[in-house]
Amino acid sequence: MQYTLSILVENQAGVLSKISGLFSRRGFNIDSLAVGVTNTPGVSRITIVANGDEYVVEQLEKQLNKLIPVIKVKRLNDGEFISRELILIKVHCAAAKRAEIIKTAEIMQAKIVDVAPSCVTIEYCECANRVNTLIDLLKPYGIREIVRTGTVAIDRGTASVSV
Amino acid sequence: MISGAEIMVKCLEAEGVSVVFGYPGAAICPFYDKIYDSDIKHILVRQEQNAAHAASGYARCSGRPGVCVATSGPGATNLITGIATAYTDSIPMIAITGQVRSDLLGRDVFQEADITGACEPFVKHSYLVSKTEDLPRVFKEAFHIASTGRQGPVLIDIPMDIQTNEIEEFVYPDSVNIIGYKPNTKGHAIQVKRAIDAIKASKRPLIVSGGGVLSSGVKLKFQDFALKTRIPVISTMMGIGVMPSEHELYLGMLGTHGKAVANRALHEADLVIVCGARLGDRAVAAPHQMSENTTVIHIDIDPAEIGKNVKTEIPIVGDMRNVLDMLVENIGDYTVPEQWQETVKTWKKDLFKTPPVFEGYVEPRTLVSHLSAMFRSKAILVADVGQNQIWCANNFRIREGRFLTTGGMGTMGYSIPAAVGAKFARPDRDVIAICGDGSFQMGMNELATIAGNNLNIKIIIMRNSRLGMVRELQDKNYEGRHSATILQGDPDFLTIAKAYGIDCAEASSNEEAENIIKGIVDSDKPFILVCNVYPDTPSI
Ligand SMILES: Cc1ncc(C[n+]2csc(CCOP(=O)(O)OP(=O)(O)O)c2C)c(N)n1
Ligand SMILES: [Mg+2]
Repeated sequence: MQYTLSILVENQAGVLSKISGLFSRRGFNIDSLAVGVTNTPGVSRITIVANGDEYVVEQLEKQLNKLIPVIKVKRLNDGEFISRELILIKVHCAAAKRAEIIKTAEIMQAKIVDVAPSCVTIEYCECANRVNTLIDLLKPYGIREIVRTGTVAIDRGTASVSV
Repeated sequence: MISGAEIMVKCLEAEGVSVVFGYPGAAICPFYDKIYDSDIKHILVRQEQNAAHAASGYARCSGRPGVCVATSGPGATNLITGIATAYTDSIPMIAITGQVRSDLLGRDVFQEADITGACEPFVKHSYLVSKTEDLPRVFKEAFHIASTGRQGPVLIDIPMDIQTNEIEEFVYPDSVNIIGYKPNTKGHAIQVKRAIDAIKASKRPLIVSGGGVLSSGVKLKFQDFALKTRIPVISTMMGIGVMPSEHELYLGMLGTHGKAVANRALHEADLVIVCGARLGDRAVAAPHQMSENTTVIHIDIDPAEIGKNVKTEIPIVGDMRNVLDMLVENIGDYTVPEQWQETVKTWKKDLFKTPPVFEGYVEPRTLVSHLSAMFRSKAILVADVGQNQIWCANNFRIREGRFLTTGGMGTMGYSIPAAVGAKFARPDRDVIAICGDGSFQMGMNELATIAGNNLNIKIIIMRNSRLGMVRELQDKNYEGRHSATILQGDPDFLTIAKAYGIDCAEASSNEEAENIIKGIVDSDKPFILVCNVYPDTPSI
């Protein structure tokens, strides 16, 4: 089972290592992790996507809550949140294929952000599934490089995870 | 103007600290220079690990966080085992380490070690102080975190320049506000109600008590609850002492090294009330020990322990103190069904058996079982690790005193330094340390601390010339191949004792041992008794 945790932390030295350390120590794997500041000074948000059964997730939430700099932990409910990743893909692109690649990007609503004689760079911001779809579509042309952020996520509607 | 080092001392004073255990070095010298003038007693141990163990013994007997101090680098890394032991055993502790100057941090200078990084898995929280101004807040928070919620060690790492810098004035905060730390101590009323209903509906209820009952300081209240309801009690190793051993409702320690009747009770109970215990793998090794249909009520201050090791129907997060009050208030005049009470009575008769004697040796289990009666009723027994620990756990007839040991970490060498700490906390009580010949040699450097402070601690060494517990394991699982478990080259412990100026004697029978003990119980000096124990004596 894949799950997404939204964690608010006090922005102090070593928080990230405490959290990632907790995962590795207890044998839990992280699929993705993203950190950024929030609208509250001194408070950052960490979004973690990980895998595990119900027991593992529950333990994890509890163990995370025990860390002193952790202010809040919330498991986002399936289907009730919006998630995004940002990806930059540099694709091999012979002149003959350029139109085709641009078309693909357009269909997916991705943006061409850089063009060079033999390659293009595409920017895409979507949920992980759609990002994967775009990658699959571009694979046949030859992908040179992928730079991808971790997932960030937010509750739909009025629900929120805030201090 | 006031320096960081002076502030450190003032913070300790503000927290009511009267004794700290430590070992100096360059990076903590500014602090040592200031504590020299203060009323706080500094006890020089002989290895930093033992400063932490002493702080642990002190904390457990005083009910206040124990404080240990070390220098940077090797001093700090030597502390780690003691800190980790306190963490697993949930003991409130403040570990203070000196650190290299903050402008040198990260440059791998002489005696620099990333101690906050190294200790991360073993501390409840840690601080690397970056401004002298922060010291009062950091100390206030550290003591608060260590001593509330599930207790544990907090590390404060203080670079030298932070100790020497001066600021305008010292103001100790009178409250803390850590937004991510608000332990829930209250106990949920609806859950308590569910627990009461379940207890009333049960036919064979049982209480498993753990160290949490002792750390929340509600032993007597707990005993009242058991007595009022007649619910029998078994304990984890850390919970030993919650009930007097001879109490009619007490059925001993559970687990792989515990009492058969305790395990039997656990197996046959239809409702188990787990009080301040995490039920580690040594306590409930096999899930089948508890039957499928057992209802589990788990009361613990740490929500992460509930449901971690055993499936729990009724979780109650809260301090034992509050939850017990709520239970007592709501239980009415419920008592355990007659039939279960009768069963418990018959089991109680089987709790203590007299083991066979080997001629020419002290039978350790029998000796331990007679020990309590020879000392005053509030005696504190500190058991080390190995067979000696199991002999003590299962046979010491605790009355109103304490049984200290490291049940969680099982760190050899714990007993002597922990006894030192216990004695400083409770100079009025008899303090006895029991160790194996292996574990003695891990803690014996503290004989100097004992001698130097003339601490009235009675040490009993169970000499079997073996790392007995491992040897037993090898007999069972490794075809008796005694790889590295026969102790060769051990010194004559009597000569060692004499070298420290500590009185001592040797015994090769229980009669001899008991006569020696009777002769020294009233002396106010330390004593070492070496008991020759038959090497094949089993743990249980
Ligand atoms: C620091 C440490 N090292 C190793 C062990 C593993 N261990 C557990 S019991 C034991 C033997 C202890 O020997 P001794 O102190 O003589 O006690 P005995 O079992 O003989 O009573 C050992 C080596 C441990 N618990 N702690
Ligand atoms: Mg031994």
